[in-house]
Amino acid sequence: MNHLLSIEELDRGAIERVVAQAARFAEVSDREIKKVPTLRGRMVLNLFYEASTRTRSSFELAAKRLSADVVNFAASGSSVEKGESLKDTVLTLCAHKPDAIVLRTPWAGSAALVSRWCTAAIVNAGDGKHEHPTQALLDVYTLIQRLGALDGAHIWIVGDVAHSRVARSNILAFQRMGATVTVAGPPTLIPREISALGCEVRFTLEQLGEADVIYALRLQSERMTEPWLPSLREYAAHYQINRRRLHPRQLVMHPGPVNRGVELSGEVVDSPQALVAAQVEAGVVVRMAVLYELLSGTHAPLRAAPEPQLA
Amino acid sequence: MRAPLLVPGPLPGADLLLREVHVLDPRERIDARHDVLVRRGEVAQIAAPGSLGAPEGVEEVQGHGRHLLPAFFDPHVHLRTPGQEHKEDLETGTRAAAAGGFGAVIAMPNTEPVLDSAPLLRSLRDRAAREARVPVGFMAAITCGLHGERLTEMAELREEGATGFTDDGLPVVSAGVLRRALIYQRLVGGVLTLHEEDPSLSRGGCMREGPVSAALGLAGIPSASESAMVARDLALTAHEGGRVHIQHLSCARSVRAIAAARAAGLRVSAEASPHHLLLTEEEARGLDTRMKMNPPLGSEQDRRALIAALRDGTIQCVATDHAPHAREEKEVPFEQAPMGTTGLETAFAALYSGLVLTGELSLGVLVERMTAGAELFELPVARIAPGAPANLALVDLEEEWVAGAQGWESRSDGCCFAGRRLQGRVLLTVAAGAVAYRERVFSVVAAA
Repeated sequence: MNHLLSIEELDRGAIERVVAQAARFAEVSDREIKKVPTLRGRMVLNLFYEASTRTRSSFELAAKRLSADVVNFAASGSSVEKGESLKDTVLTLCAHKPDAIVLRTPWAGSAALVSRWCTAAIVNAGDGKHEHPTQALLDVYTLIQRLGALDGAHIWIVGDVAHSRVARSNILAFQRMGATVTVAGPPTLIPREISALGCEVRFTLEQLGEADVIYALRLQSERMTEPWLPSLREYAAHYQINRRRLHPRQLVMHPGPVNRGVELSGEVVDSPQALVAAQVEAGVVVRMAVLYELLSGTHAPLRAAPEPQLA
Repeated sequence: MRAPLLVPGPLPGADLLLREVHVLDPRERIDARHDVLVRRGEVAQIAAPGSLGAPEGVEEVQGHGRHLLPAFFDPHVHLRTPGQEHKEDLETGTRAAAAGGFGAVIAMPNTEPVLDSAPLLRSLRDRAAREARVPVGFMAAITCGLHGERLTEMAELREEGATGFTDDGLPVVSAGVLRRALIYQRLVGGVLTLHEEDPSLSRGGCMREGPVSAALGLAGIPSASESAMVARDLALTAHEGGRVHIQHLSCARSVRAIAAARAAGLRVSAEASPHHLLLTEEEARGLDTRMKMNPPLGSEQDRRALIAALRDGTIQCVATDHAPHAREEKEVPFEQAPMGTTGLETAFAALYSGLVLTGELSLGVLVERMTAGAELFELPVARIAPGAPANLALVDLEEEWVAGAQGWESRSDGCCFAGRRLQGRVLLTVAAGAVAYRERVFSVVAAA
């Protein structure tokens, strides 16, 4: 059995395979009957320790279009609130023999941890601020649909990089696909030494003109309660992607949900340069492709076999 | 009259003849093969190899090819008693110490309840006298409940035998409170040992801030969380003239500050742990919770600075900061796991493999640094000399072993060196005259 734990462990070939499979499933989505029997009889368990509507329903829809059975397990209102540990919750749920577990938690490395406790395929749907690999895959898919390839493209990721799992997965995925990545944002929200991931770092948008694609990150309002930033107003003044900053040839992406008037101006969200709706649409077919790659059993693993663990 | 600082355990004095051992005691300037006779827990005779016969009732130990070192001293361990005996207790913790060649340890007061009153210290000392395999000293808290506000009854605690005072696990956040402790030290004596961390810089962090925390998206603890606090506390010490000991140094800036303070005549000493001397933040990349400790593992540059400081004596001693946790407490996502690694059973072998065999440090200097902690706490240092109480570690410097492969003496298996191949094995430990540990060799032979 194989897992999707991070972009870090995927090479370009694996990303391309998911993207190509997603393109085949996109054709299914345009049919009147949007369902194929590929994963009939398989069980996909959504285990979410954080509130999520969009990612969870996207996975749910993907599994259902492949005819898999879906069980949703949210941590709130469950045994988790009675103090059950992650390990015990996973072991308990695994007694139902799920074929795949889609896991979101607020803790980095939790998907990798869970993959050592059970035999189901683990799909990381966000582990803390570490990675969100299916988001990166759907973003790559969206861009490839639009641009044909990412080779040589300049992609700027703008905003709160420090608290963004999307940023970390996308920095890696875009680079694997041949793009050059620059991260830009207020210095308090750019981690020291993020350049270790191979990206350029800017604290202003003065050079934004070099970007082919601008990927704006969501600025979470709780960043204001801790003094990461002086004010939303000052953030928007320096980092908002608006008509003044955006060149007509540039594309704009955002993982959603958008704070209109903060990281993106309303007119940019509504402009044809914004790919936000295309990203959401891509989410379902890319997650279908991921589940298919992991569960259909006729494929080489997405990643190389892991090193055996030391005692 | 003040109670003695170390509580000896209940074990009887040993009668041993260690034949043809290579005795190495840098303080006694011995580095040669000898026979060593121990009678009723005292070193009775050191003679030419092969010259002594075992008197009646004396156990003979073949020491050929093995080294006899003064038993090590660890000024910083967590024995978790009272209140957290599911992690460790006096018996298992001191058994781990003995297995690592340690002849005495000093336990930290961050227990439940906190060791901040004389009656609690008395009852712990009574218990140690019954249960401990090696002598134990107990630090008392600087502030009641480690709350950082009101000083403990330091004078009474000192009379009851507190080896010193520390809020270890937490910094003394208020400069004013620490200053008052330094002033009060003039009355009570003892060492103030300081855990240096600025919570406004470290809050929420679970590994060193740097390339690894950036890649993993984890909140980092900047090295300045330690070095800024070290600088503040050295300034206070300079102002009040107290005696302080800085715990578990983890970064180059702290080392430089301490070197400068010592050069200026301050009475400040410092310790470093095997994990900070041997491992870096890279080890945390796999999010193994055994690599989560406070202070966190630092950069390679920090590690080099710590090694240099240990070599030149800016850092006078090694301390393991043995911090056991139960398996279920560590078997959780990295961010949820408690901080701490065990270290008593691996300290010597890890440092011998990682610093002596690699040419960073001579064996003599390592032995000096692993025994010097006693001196810093005004306790007698282990010596291999006629008439001295027997505090000995018999080690095989050739033997290789995999840490943890045969289990642990500690109740906790949360050791950052687990699974590593180490060279140098402790075979026998004599602590305060008693045999505290013997390597047990089991071999399973199939029935014929």
